Parts: sequence; C-alpha cells; structure tokens
Amino acid sequence: MSVLSARDLRVWYGTSRGPVRAVDGISLEINAGETLGLVGESGCGKSTLGRSILGLLPRGAVIDGELLYDGQNLTELSQRDFRRLRGPEIGLIFQEPMTRLNPLMRISDHFKETLEAHESSLTDEEIRRRSLDALGGMGIPPTRFRQYPHEFSGGMRQRIMIALTLVLRPKLLIADEPTTALDVLVEAQILQILGDLKKNADTALLLITHNLGIVAESCERVAVMYAGQIVEEGAARTVFSQPAHPYTSELLRSIISLKTTELHYIPGAPPDLADPPNACRFHPRCPYAMQVCTAKDPIEVRAETGQRVLCWLHGPEEEIPPGGKAPLEREAIAVAEEA
Amino acid sequence: MAGGQQTTSLRTYALTRLGLALPMVLILLTMVFLLLRVAPGDPITAALGGRLPPEQLEERREAAGYNRSLAVQYLEYLGNVATLDFGETIVDNRPVTRVITQNGAATLELTVVALFVALLVGIGVGLVSGRYRDTPVDVAGRLFGILIYAAPVFFLGFLAQLVFAQWLGWFPTSGRASPVTSYDLDTPTNLFLVDSLIALDFSAFSDVLSHLVLPAVTLGLVTGGVFIRLIRVNVLQTLQGDYIEAARARGLSERTVMWHHAFRNALVPVITVVGLQVALLLGGAVLTEQTFNWPGIGSELIRYLNNRDYIAIQGIITFFALVVVIVSLLIDLLNAWVDPRVRY
Repeated sequence: MSVLSARDLRVWYGTSRGPVRAVDGISLEINAGETLGLVGESGCGKSTLGRSILGLLPRGAVIDGELLYDGQNLTELSQRDFRRLRGPEIGLIFQEPMTRLNPLMRISDHFKETLEAHESSLTDEEIRRRSLDALGGMGIPPTRFRQYPHEFSGGMRQRIMIALTLVLRPKLLIADEPTTALDVLVEAQILQILGDLKKNADTALLLITHNLGIVAESCERVAVMYAGQIVEEGAARTVFSQPAHPYTSELLRSIISLKTTELHYIPGAPPDLADPPNACRFHPRCPYAMQVCTAKDPIEVRAETGQRVLCWLHGPEEEIPPGGKAPLEREAIAVAEEA
Repeated sequence: MAGGQQTTSLRTYALTRLGLALPMVLILLTMVFLLLRVAPGDPITAALGGRLPPEQLEERREAAGYNRSLAVQYLEYLGNVATLDFGETIVDNRPVTRVITQNGAATLELTVVALFVALLVGIGVGLVSGRYRDTPVDVAGRLFGILIYAAPVFFLGFLAQLVFAQWLGWFPTSGRASPVTSYDLDTPTNLFLVDSLIALDFSAFSDVLSHLVLPAVTLGLVTGGVFIRLIRVNVLQTLQGDYIEAARARGLSERTVMWHHAFRNALVPVITVVGLQVALLLGGAVLTEQTFNWPGIGSELIRYLNNRDYIAIQGIITFFALVVVIVSLLIDLLNAWVDPRVRY
C-alpha cells in the first residue's frame, strides 16, 4: 500500500535568471515499511523533492502537480495543516547534524517542545519517559538528557536528531543525506539504526543520497534523479546489476573500489536547471546519444528488465522519427551550444 | 551528572571572570593616574596658577602632597580609591565623592531609563522588522532606525523640547524636578524616582518622572537606532539558521519557532552591545545633560575640565573606569548564564 505518491510533481524556483526547474514532472510511490533510495548528483533536485513533501520550500518556490499523502493532496495544503503533518506523520532527518539543534536549548527542551506541539495531553512525566525511550533506542544515556547540543559529537547529534524525529512515530521518514557529514563508522551505525526502523515499526523511508553504496546496502527500490527528473526507477538489485539508463550505468562505473585502477567520471557538468538542454536532459553527456535525443522529450517506458526508464534507447520505437537513431555528432553539439 | 556539572562550571566561570577583573581595575587606575601626571606641573598650579601668589601656591601644593615623589603619590591614590575617598575639588572644595553620588546619581537615573527606552524601541522595532522582512512595516522600521541614529542628540532634544514642552506643554523643558519638589524631597539615594517612592510622595514622583521623559526618550532613541539595525540583522540571520528549519520540520507552531528559536537566539549578541552602549551612554549623556540642563556628572566633568581641576577630573574618571569594569563584568556573567557555550 503506498504511503505517498507523487504524480507529475513540479517545483520551480523563481530567480532573476528565470524559473529554475528543480523538480520537473516527477512520478513516484513509496509503500509502507519500504525503503526507497533517491540518488543523483548534487544540484539535481533531490533535496528539493524531499523538502516539498514537508512543505518546507523556500519563499519564491512554486509547486504544482499531485502529491498524495493519506488521501490529501499536499501541494494544496495550507501551512497550518502542514504543521500538523510535520512530525507525527512525516519526519525529516537532515544532512548536517551539527547545526540542527538550537545551541541555547537543552536536549530535554527540544523533546519537550516537540512533544507538546503535537500531543498536548501528555504529562511532564510521560514526556520524559517517551523522550528517554527514544534517546535510549539511539544509544544516548539518560544522564545526558539535560545537556546542551555543544556537549555532543556530530554522530551523537545525528542520533539525537533521529530520536527527536522518531519520538513522534512518523509513518514516513525522509532522510536527506543523513550520513554525508559523518565519518564511516558513524555512518554504518546510523544506517543500522535506519534499517532496524523499518523492521520494528512499519515506517516507510525515503533515503536521499549521492552515495550508491548506501543505496545498495539499505534500499529495496531505487530512483535515479537527473536534472529534476527521475530517469530510472526500479528494484535496487536490478538497477544495479542491469542499469537501463546510460546515466545510471555511468554513475555505477564511477564508483571507486579496491579493484579500481583508473578513475571513471562522466564528462561535462550537471546542467543548469534554469536553462536545461533540449529534449533529453542527459544528451550532452551521454555516450549513446542519438539524433532523436536532441529533438524530442523521452517517453517513460518499461525496460526489458522491469524498471521504469526515461531514455530513447528503450523506445518506444514508433515514436522515433526516421533517421532518429543515427548517432549524434559531438561537433554538432558544440556548434549548437555556441549558437 | 549533567545538572551538577553545569552549575559548577558557571560558578567556576564567574569566579575566574571576577579574578580577572582585579588586574583590569589596577591597569585602569594606573593609566588614569599616569595620564593626569603626563601634563607638566601639578594640579594646584594648573588650576590656580596666576591667580594666587607663589608662596600661597607652594603652601597649597605641600598641603595637597604634590611635592612628594610620584611613587608615593601613586600608592596614596590607590589607597584613596580603595577607601572610596577621592579628595576635594580644587575650584569649589566639594568632596569628589559627593560629586559622584549627587551628579553621578542624576546621570545614572537618566542613562538607566534611557537604556530602558532604547531596549524597548530597539527590540520591538528590530524584531518586527526582521520578522516581516521587506514589508512596508520593515521599511518604516529601518527608516525610523536610521533617522534616529543619524540625528544628533541635541537636535532631537531641541525638537522634543519645541514640540512636547513648548507647543504641546506636556512635559517641562529642562531640569530634574520642579523647585518645590527639589526643596521638599529627601534624597538619600539621589535617584529622585527611588527617593520619591521611598517617601511615598506620588506627586513628587510624577513630577520627577515628567522631567525625566524628554531627556531619557531623546537619549534612548539615539541609542535605540543602533539596536534596531543590530536586532533586525540578527533576526534575519537567525531565521536562515539550520535549527529554525529543523524546528519547522518537527511541526512546531510558527509562534514557538519565532519566540523560542529565532528571537531568543537573535537577542544573545545584543547583550554584549548593551554593555558597550552603557559605557557610551555615560559619556554620550553629556550632550543630553547640556540640552536639558540636567545636573549630571558629564556636565560636571566638563565644568571641571574647563577649570583644569585635576583632582575632580581624576576622581570622576576613576569612577567612570570602575563603572565600565563592573558593567563589563555583569555583561560577561549574563552572557555565560544565557549562552551555555560561553562557559567552556
């Protein structure tokens, strides 16, 4: 059963250079108790997607399309109604734990205000017990309950942030690069915690990351995002073993392992989302680009291996105009870019 | 462990800070002493030279002890400060201690109320401006802030006198109290507001208060302009903070986010600036005191400076130095109490 489903979701930022299409027509589903990995390069719009689910977009952002949670379309929700969802329904874990706690407030006060905001009937004793339970689950002892944020290390602060999110028992948890700022041992610990979560509670997890290793370890399904669009989505095992989209396979080739003798990188840079390339967004960097890739927007199809993919290599054949499958001359791109 | 450790560390911090204040006082006193001795001649000659025959001058120099070595004079000065005895002024033979308690109290009353006005205006307008950034309210607040900050204090003072005393007649033009009140009121603390309350004399209280309004508001507004801009910027910066977004993501109400996270954190740096402003207010009060004919210590200092009365000047400056040390000590303790990170 899907907890959250997005259909043709768009988030545009108004800037002086025109609209920046951070999320440009995304459709996605997350099921109860499932972990969905969302991967992509920096600046591809994955954090914006996560923020839009909580209605935490900055001023000047416009959201359009459908984002269904529990029968309500979140894109049409008022800030007041959103406030009730944030916390008890949908929780968010941030990338940078060092600055996410108010330096002037004790850990206990963070829990108190959070629980009081959503469950006003709780007594002080119940608040204390719930908070200590949540912290205990993250390995933070009760003796440190009344300490200030600066008395904790980065890894501990992230565990406190997770406890602060889980204390409200959300049905959907969005983790936005939760381990990027932490060292490898702490990263493993945090991923363990997030993994246990879906076993014990029926919490769905949207794990946003640029680290493919993390996704392979902890996600059942994976969605690959490029330039505001989801270019491939399917079972993590399939996507990693038989990637359908050229971007995914290039991404997988860039992973460094002990066997790596030469670094692989994708030539070019992620596109400027205020002025993205025509048709397929990836064509300027794609080793298999064809004539049709510069002319027509790709249509979402199912690859033979079962995943959804947004690439002309997988058809549909009848939509490709005659001669469209001829390989793209790189010089032509250079000339086109200069013009 | 947690609670106990923190109170101990706050106490340790306070004691350390207190210990550090003593050498600071000593350095300040030494500087005051040396600066006033750099000028050639001695205080008596400077003040009365040419007005008394040389023999009488010599007599008074010896009586005051200025023929002794600097080291002896220095130790005597430190001893006098320790016993709060600053000697007598040369030009009018007032004990400097009385100058400090009488005129100093007048200045203290003025600056404390002015600081109160400044904080009220600064925090109020600053918070609203920062919260409602780029709205007409913010533009008006910013404009108000820059205007009152840029206006010279005597100009604001004359304007206030013209409008509220002359035209509208709401408040008296100048002075600390009407003659009747000054004659009747017992002044054990020399803070007239406090004295009139002690005496339970409410007509005197309202008289004193109405005299205080214009000078205190004038001085307060000028200082408040600084606070408005500072607090507005602090609020803007705090609202960008990661913990603000995190607080919103936990579904806290906008009111809680503003009051518990944004405003509180934005006001912490203001404490330090208030400390600096207190020192500035003591000196800056001079112009206000002149404008409103307020018998404060700033006006007295200027009078004694004009008369080259080194004893009075030395006493008053020593007093200023001590006030600044005490205020900065209080500010540091307040900061440590509000912001746990300072204690480490």
